[in-house]
Amino acid sequence: MADILDLTVLEAHDAKMAGELSAKEHCEAWFEAAAGDELNAYLWRNDREGEGAAIEVQQDWNAPIAVKDIFCTEGVPTTAASRILEGYRPPYTATAVAKLIEAGLPILGKTNMDEFAMGSSNENSAYGPVLNPWDRERVPGGSSGGSAAAVAGGLAPWAIGTDTGGSIRQPAAFCGIVGLKPTYGAISRYGMIAFASSLDQCGPLTRTVSDAALLLAMLQGRDPLDSTSVGIEGGVSLPDRENLAGLRFGVPAELARDAVDAGVREVFERTLEKIEALGGEVVEVSLPNAEHGISAYYVIAPAEASSNLARYDGVRYGMRAGGDGDLTEMYETTRSEGFGPEVKRRIMLGTYALSSGYYEAYYGQAQKVRTRIAEDFTGAFSAVDFVVTPTAPSVPFKLGEKTDDPLAMYLNDFFTVPMSLAGIPAISIPAGLAEPEDGGPQLPVGFQIAAPAFAEQKLLDAAYALEQGIGFDARPNGLGGADG
Amino acid sequence: MIDRDQVLHVAKLARLRLSDEEVETMVGELSGILEHVDRIGNLDLEGVEPTSHVVALENVLRADEPWQSLPRDVALASAPETSEGAFRVPSPQAE
Repeated sequence: MADILDLTVLEAHDAKMAGELSAKEHCEAWFEAAAGDELNAYLWRNDREGEGAAIEVQQDWNAPIAVKDIFCTEGVPTTAASRILEGYRPPYTATAVAKLIEAGLPILGKTNMDEFAMGSSNENSAYGPVLNPWDRERVPGGSSGGSAAAVAGGLAPWAIGTDTGGSIRQPAAFCGIVGLKPTYGAISRYGMIAFASSLDQCGPLTRTVSDAALLLAMLQGRDPLDSTSVGIEGGVSLPDRENLAGLRFGVPAELARDAVDAGVREVFERTLEKIEALGGEVVEVSLPNAEHGISAYYVIAPAEASSNLARYDGVRYGMRAGGDGDLTEMYETTRSEGFGPEVKRRIMLGTYALSSGYYEAYYGQAQKVRTRIAEDFTGAFSAVDFVVTPTAPSVPFKLGEKTDDPLAMYLNDFFTVPMSLAGIPAISIPAGLAEPEDGGPQLPVGFQIAAPAFAEQKLLDAAYALEQGIGFDARPNGLGGADG
Repeated sequence: MIDRDQVLHVAKLARLRLSDEEVETMVGELSGILEHVDRIGNLDLEGVEPTSHVVALENVLRADEPWQSLPRDVALASAPETSEGAFRVPSPQAE
């Protein structure tokens, strides 16, 4: 049998069923691996003593899991990577995490992220950036960068994160793993610290499509504590599709191919050929409004964030600063010292967009663009089964490269934001490696597949067939696999 | 796009106190972002229904019955300052 840490969760399960691996052995190996975190992937690790000690091995599905620090966990520090929540121990647990614990999954730790999930590089964490396991001078993507780096870097077998405009898919692409953003409403948002409530969705980050399906099956479902949750009718089962015969894949005609790095473009084209080799059909579709996705998103998400983050005022939880003056002075001092620069920028942007006289011009207009983008997808799905794009326009960039230019950072979400606005599911799978434009070793490239709302099973089946066809088995240096 | 006075006004609305340096940076950065965002300002979207929710849902109701809630001491446990079973804050009136 291969090294325990090289096994996917499904493989480990099979090994346990065959009596080749004990559940305890499997767990111990991962807890030991997580303790060797050199990527700053974890903000809190479960030392299995004191807080969070409830990791008793109960069932067969007991592969331990890493949880993004945006999910509330009772009695365990939950910061959303913000100073303003430093030391906060929530009095309750998020439904998604409660479901994992109920299924017998021990929690390995809470992973680093961009502060309040605002960012595409993980450089906005108040606790330092996460390093990309493929090249430690580069970003892992964001905002679920800690979860992605942990899974890619051999620090967790699988993880959960959240995706508002690409925060699961882009870091998955940058780290060479699978990331799925389910349909809005597939998984409960209860206890998930709110960024932009109409867009936020929990989802899996895993080594394989099969593991993503296993995790989604556990997480999905209607939750009386989140009235916007509906679950996935019929549930989710392991994908087993062998080819893509009879399926049509739409490539947006408006896909700005020149805005995509040459290496990423090459992997994308090669993947389209692979789809055809597997019996699928590749056709052009039109998403005329998708190019306005970034503009609409950077009105809607900051607007909702400015409202959601009003709760951090130094009164009920989190840090308090100032207080020598009046109440307003305390509010302002607390928020000015507690929030980082990107969070302040988005609160400002959102407050401006919602302020008197600008509401219709910005928020109203953006919500209409959103309707148009959703209609574009509906139109496309009348002719094709899936819409495909590169997940990100480039391979991982260097730490510090885009921190001085917020707009350049935002444009990283160009391909992931339209699906978020439309509320539809999308998955990123590793499709190959490409050399960065600025030179250096080859880095992972993600391929994004989007499907109609609640068509997760169909999406996972197709992604699985394509994953088998691509046969991506590269791992970061020092880890198992063909290039290890 | 957005000037210094507007930045200061918005900061006040958002209960943020910005340093002079932050104000300068914010003027430049927000203007750049708004310039990009303004591309949607010119689109003709007359008659388009704004999205209120992406998934068709209506009237999600629950039974109107008392349900579990946090005990007071637990709700107060994370507060920076409490007093007599309540959250304590500085006076709203400046001295």
